[in-house]
Amino acid sequence: METRSTRIGLGVATVAVIAFLWLPLLLIMAYAFNSSTIQSWPISGFTFHWFHQAWHDPEVRSSLWLSLKVGLAATVIAVVLGTAAAAAIYRFRFFGREAVSFLLLLPIALPGIITGMALNSFFNFGGVQLSIWTIVAGHATFCVVIVYNNVLARLRRSSPSLIEASMDLGADGWQTFRWVIWPVLSTALVAGGLLAFALSFDEVIVTTFTAGAQTTLPIFILDNIQRGQQLPVVNAIVFVVILVTVIPVTIAQRLTGDTGVLRRGSSPPKV
Amino acid sequence: MTEFAEAGASLRGARLRLSAALWRRPWLKLGLLLAAPVLVFAVVYLGALVSLFVSAFWQIDSFTAAVIHKWTLDNFKTLWNDHTYCRITGRTIGLAAAVTVTDAVLAFPLAYFMARIAPPRWRALLFVAVLLPLWSSYLVRIYAWRTILAKNGALNWVLNGLGLPDAGLAYTNTAMWIVFSYVWLPFMVLPVYAALERIPDSYLEASQDLGAKGSRTLRSVILPLAIPGIVAGSIFTFSLTLGDFITPALVGGAGSSFIGNIVEDKVGQPDIPFAAAFATVPVVVMGIYLLIARRLGAFEAV
Repeated sequence: METRSTRIGLGVATVAVIAFLWLPLLLIMAYAFNSSTIQSWPISGFTFHWFHQAWHDPEVRSSLWLSLKVGLAATVIAVVLGTAAAAAIYRFRFFGREAVSFLLLLPIALPGIITGMALNSFFNFGGVQLSIWTIVAGHATFCVVIVYNNVLARLRRSSPSLIEASMDLGADGWQTFRWVIWPVLSTALVAGGLLAFALSFDEVIVTTFTAGAQTTLPIFILDNIQRGQQLPVVNAIVFVVILVTVIPVTIAQRLTGDTGVLRRGSSPPKV
Repeated sequence: MTEFAEAGASLRGARLRLSAALWRRPWLKLGLLLAAPVLVFAVVYLGALVSLFVSAFWQIDSFTAAVIHKWTLDNFKTLWNDHTYCRITGRTIGLAAAVTVTDAVLAFPLAYFMARIAPPRWRALLFVAVLLPLWSSYLVRIYAWRTILAKNGALNWVLNGLGLPDAGLAYTNTAMWIVFSYVWLPFMVLPVYAALERIPDSYLEASQDLGAKGSRTLRSVILPLAIPGIVAGSIFTFSLTLGDFITPALVGGAGSSFIGNIVEDKVGQPDIPFAAAFATVPVVVMGIYLLIARRLGAFEAV
């Protein structure tokens, strides 16, 4: 339908925008191998030294460890709560149904700073000491909705009569879950969990308000960028962080064909 | 042997009775499913939001810095009367609007190519090419631009190579505009793509058969149908820019503070009541924006 010149023009624009999206990422990944401690382009030589140094830095290790623990805990909470909520919203029509789904969406609809501040003053008033669990609580609020969206989208694509058929054939609740519901849901759960983990592993805004004196990996990166300290080590960590988030997202996309952003509608292509 | 079999049978019987009981009393099942998420969210999240907005009407004692629980509108009066805060609010909202427009302009051709021109295999690749930056660390992507725009960065290297002078963009409002547009771009591409992909080919054919040129079809058929997608994307780009404070801190200059920066400062002081009062501004702006977006059909598009 489009004329040849329109197609070519759009193709050129597409290449330009994709380059705009990717060049900065590739560039910052190249800095991880910079042999000089001065941040300038082009990099002056090639070295693996900074990966070695980052790996043996006790502060890096402890913040990485904290980020992994927080990500794991937030993901577990998100999977349990998000799945339960999605099942309830899918199966039942009840008073306040819209309100519940709106409530779950709030943490990503509102700016992160609101969520962070609100939790911070809540913990303050409640006399709760900031700890790993306050970070987990903060991350769980916006991770729940990721799992919820993934599971709900999958449920909507499957038929409720499957469950009724299973019950009619004499299966009890556990058997229905194990042989009917689980096979339908499992990939959506894994995908939702992976995305939730990736989100938590990167999160910095809510964390600044709920971490107190603790340092997660993104907080470590932010502090050092702002002070201009240990930038070569930061570059090496950044390289790894990019890879660590790219892998779960790619797997999640393959499992569901979902974007994690769009709620429903035209199904994105499978890769 | 039989004992085991009997035990197994009675266990299975119990499970069946439980399933049947739940089936007959759906409200019980609903309660069991919803209790945990709703309790956690209602208590922790809503509780937190309410305590935040209530505290916006409190004050701190200027000597002891303790929060005084006395109702007052003073925080809001300060926000309204102090020119610094008005300027910061204007800057935040203005830049959020500029970023939204920029992202819409950049996203449209890419989304159009993905949805209607690219063969399926390319489309899948392009999809991943948009999705990966969206999910990769936002902090990392801001940092990447900080190094690119720096004096010895890649941008000036390219410009100097072409015989041009340094761009001098580091730590300016222009830098913030570029970085915000970059960071939120994928959030615009995906809903616009979804909207464009749903336009049936027959609409475009009909437009052509009725004698419309390409530009007319774009204006009268494609754009109106893409608007809900663009508005849906703009909710992300607008809201995310409005609440940010990392980008101004990392690539903005001395006069680049956003609402978020002031709020973060005040929380650190700590002057929670004033921070809470200022934080209501983006929430109110977003509320108004969402009402408009709803009228434009954004919620059917996502």
